Amino acid sequence: MKSIVAALALTTALTLPGLAMARPVTLTTTLNNYGGDGAYLVLYVTDAQGAYAGSLWMAGGKSKYYQHLSDWYRATSGDPAQINGISGASVGAGRTLRITLDLADALFDAGYTVHVDAAVENMRDSPNEIAVPLTTKGAGTPVGGRRYVASFTFEM
Amino acid sequence: MIRTLHRWPGLVALVLLTILALSGAALSVFPAAERLAAPRTEAGLTVAVLAERIRSAYPGVEQIRRAPSGRVIAYWFDAGAPGAAVIYPETGQGVASADPSQTERWLTNLHRSLFLDDAGRLATAAGAAAMLILALSGAVLVARRAGGWRRWFARLRGPLPGRLHVEIARIAVAGLLLSSATALWMAASTFGLLPTATAPAAPVPNHVSGQVGAALGVMDVLAQTPVAEFRELSFPYPGDATDVFTLKTDRGTGYLDQGTGTLLGWVDLTTWEHVTETIYMLHTGRGAATLGLALGLMALGVPVMGVTGVVVWLAGRRARPKISGNVAAGRAETIILVGSEGGSTWSFAATLHRALTEAGQAVHVAPMSAFDPARSGKAQRFLILAATYGDGSAPASAKGFLDRLTGLDAVPLAPVAVLGFGDRNYPAFCAFARDVADAIEAKGFERLLPYDTIDRQSPQDFARWGHSLGAALGIPLELAHQPVPPATEPLTLTSRRDYGAEVQAPTAILRFAVPEMSAWRRLTGQGMSRFQAGDLLGILPEGSTVPRFYSLASGSRDGFVEIVVKKQAGGLCSGQLVALQPGDRVAAFLRRNPGFHAGRQSRPLILIGAGTGIGPLAGIVRGNTQLRPILLVFGMRHPDSDFLYRENLVAWQGEGRLARLVTAVSRGDRPHYVQDALRGEAAQVARMIRDGARVMVCGGRGMAAGVSDALAEILAPAGLTPATLKAQGRYVEDVY
Repeated sequence: MKSIVAALALTTALTLPGLAMARPVTLTTTLNNYGGDGAYLVLYVTDAQGAYAGSLWMAGGKSKYYQHLSDWYRATSGDPAQINGISGASVGAGRTLRITLDLADALFDAGYTVHVDAAVENMRDSPNEIAVPLTTKGAGTPVGGRRYVASFTFEM
Repeated sequence: MIRTLHRWPGLVALVLLTILALSGAALSVFPAAERLAAPRTEAGLTVAVLAERIRSAYPGVEQIRRAPSGRVIAYWFDAGAPGAAVIYPETGQGVASADPSQTERWLTNLHRSLFLDDAGRLATAAGAAAMLILALSGAVLVARRAGGWRRWFARLRGPLPGRLHVEIARIAVAGLLLSSATALWMAASTFGLLPTATAPAAPVPNHVSGQVGAALGVMDVLAQTPVAEFRELSFPYPGDATDVFTLKTDRGTGYLDQGTGTLLGWVDLTTWEHVTETIYMLHTGRGAATLGLALGLMALGVPVMGVTGVVVWLAGRRARPKISGNVAAGRAETIILVGSEGGSTWSFAATLHRALTEAGQAVHVAPMSAFDPARSGKAQRFLILAATYGDGSAPASAKGFLDRLTGLDAVPLAPVAVLGFGDRNYPAFCAFARDVADAIEAKGFERLLPYDTIDRQSPQDFARWGHSLGAALGIPLELAHQPVPPATEPLTLTSRRDYGAEVQAPTAILRFAVPEMSAWRRLTGQGMSRFQAGDLLGILPEGSTVPRFYSLASGSRDGFVEIVVKKQAGGLCSGQLVALQPGDRVAAFLRRNPGFHAGRQSRPLILIGAGTGIGPLAGIVRGNTQLRPILLVFGMRHPDSDFLYRENLVAWQGEGRLARLVTAVSRGDRPHYVQDALRGEAAQVARMIRDGARVMVCGGRGMAAGVSDALAEILAPAGLTPATLKAQGRYVEDVY
């Protein structure tokens, strides 16, 4: 279990729409026992057009592996500024990553989507492991991932 | 300096390097195994055909990867469930699980981070740095020991641990250099100290056709890329018309339109990426499985070198006295060079060092083998204290000195004094020191003092030389040498057998109990824990500080310590020994004599000895459990009086430990000497030597000379001489 509180530690892109109006959101990602080393996960948001809007968290410290988080890498070219101050260790198989951050109200019910890309050394890359629309209705509903993520939930 | 640089990283990192080397060696097996297990790809197969086969077997295929081993893995989604398998290229069907081996994963994590994440990565990087320093400094030491880089593979002499250490090192050093240097590179890359290897991804092509569903076969790039160059093909996301095919090959990365198959963009691999990949391949063996196995094999030498290195270090510490306040070579005015076999010359050097230091000199003491005037810039004089090994060879700490001397480009201005240590009873008295003095003269060094000698460690001789040295330096110099008595252990006599009284040569076979010792001493081979026939037993007689040496007639496996002693007229030590009764004790210590060991080979042995010289030869026969053919030629005065080991020899012959026994009797009607007996066996001796036999001679000097002459006659028809056999290490003598 990893619990991380990152108050307002967001890129400008996500905090701009409603600077004054934000609410704490807890994102919980639980991995299944895929039988490999710690997974690199990146949580990021795209807008209604599918364009990259900003990153929420990078789990994994070695930038040379970021290319395996291929959707995120393609959108950002691996720009370290995108995850400056919002990164931590990789997440072991079967473990849970929990982060709490203040997300702008304007992001909800406006077509934004939270994505999780995952990668494990010597195993297949899994971009877009999770893609969940940011809606107030969807909060608290666990979603299953494709390969490594057993469940992903965001709660307000 | 170099030695220090070699010793401390080695001792500090011993455990870490053992773990890294063993895990590395184990990991080296995986790429080779993967290569053997990977299904073969038919010649000329293209990526287009392979991908088409896989897509018909797994319609949800997302990615195909080919490892350097040739193993192809496909990843797919089927009804929302991810799948992966090793692919049989001829059918496109999965044949094995693609999950990485848990053992390999465990070993990899141990090898690179000791399961400690970044802290462990730093530790293993430090281990790699230590290994690199060890390999470089060790290479210099090997070259120095062998007497130059060109003599890298020269024959080694000396005690087994040191020999084993160098024997392994000079083969393994290449692999260890490569593995440690590439490890450091990879560590630097992991910690972001190197520019990232990956070029920025090609910009997403804006001009995709928007169509989907082109057949793989019509995509030119795929149809032109042979599988041998192929690395990875990623399929576009189903339902995303803007996505593309991404192809990675040995040459670079390309993007293909999923509707038309046209190449939308191509990025070549950068030189930097090539370098990084090559280094990764060299370290892991992925893509170079045979090299990987070779590196793994070399890594296995690390634990052995660790253990032998510690043994050598401990032995060296014990052998030479601690010299306190030894000034660095670069700052010393006086350099004392020591050529010592057993350590006694070191104790003289220590006395000299102390006296000169008290007189206000900056003095550096070093083994002769470390002689390097270039590193002794401030030296105003060199004092060489040299013992002699055997019949005029260099003692252990002077190996390679003469080669270094002759190889000098420039002769230093500092004058030299040579002092020889030896025993006037030997014809080769101070022969090596003499050679050194001559070579120094010939090289054109200035002479500080005339060549001088010390007979049988005489403190008086040494003090006299000290006065001359003091006079030359203009300082009063009193060298009061107290010989450091060797560390002895009490040996208790358990039995004795007497011979020779009737022929005026009272001789006794003395058998002592092996002294009890701690497990640590046994494990590190200290004291009398391990010895074999042919090694020397030093006995310190009461009333003397100078030890006498006797050849051992037993090995530690026999469970007792045995020597053969003849009472010498007026001999202090032999008199005391021959008077011993069971239960009595003597002070003794062990000196290894690897030059006179029987060795482990199965080649035949010709053992020749007279009188007490039978001792080590009998010990060798007793220890001949592998029943190698042994011919023993033994000379005595009279069979009824001094036929030493008579009953044993008969019994050993019955057991096959001794193939043939020939005796020569020197008293009586027809005096017959060892060399005569040898001539009588000429045919067999010649045959055995042709079969690779080793000749070992033990006894008096006169007998040894006679034997050498007889052998020369016997060998002449075969075009061999005793000298050629000696050079091959097949003719050894232990004479007194």
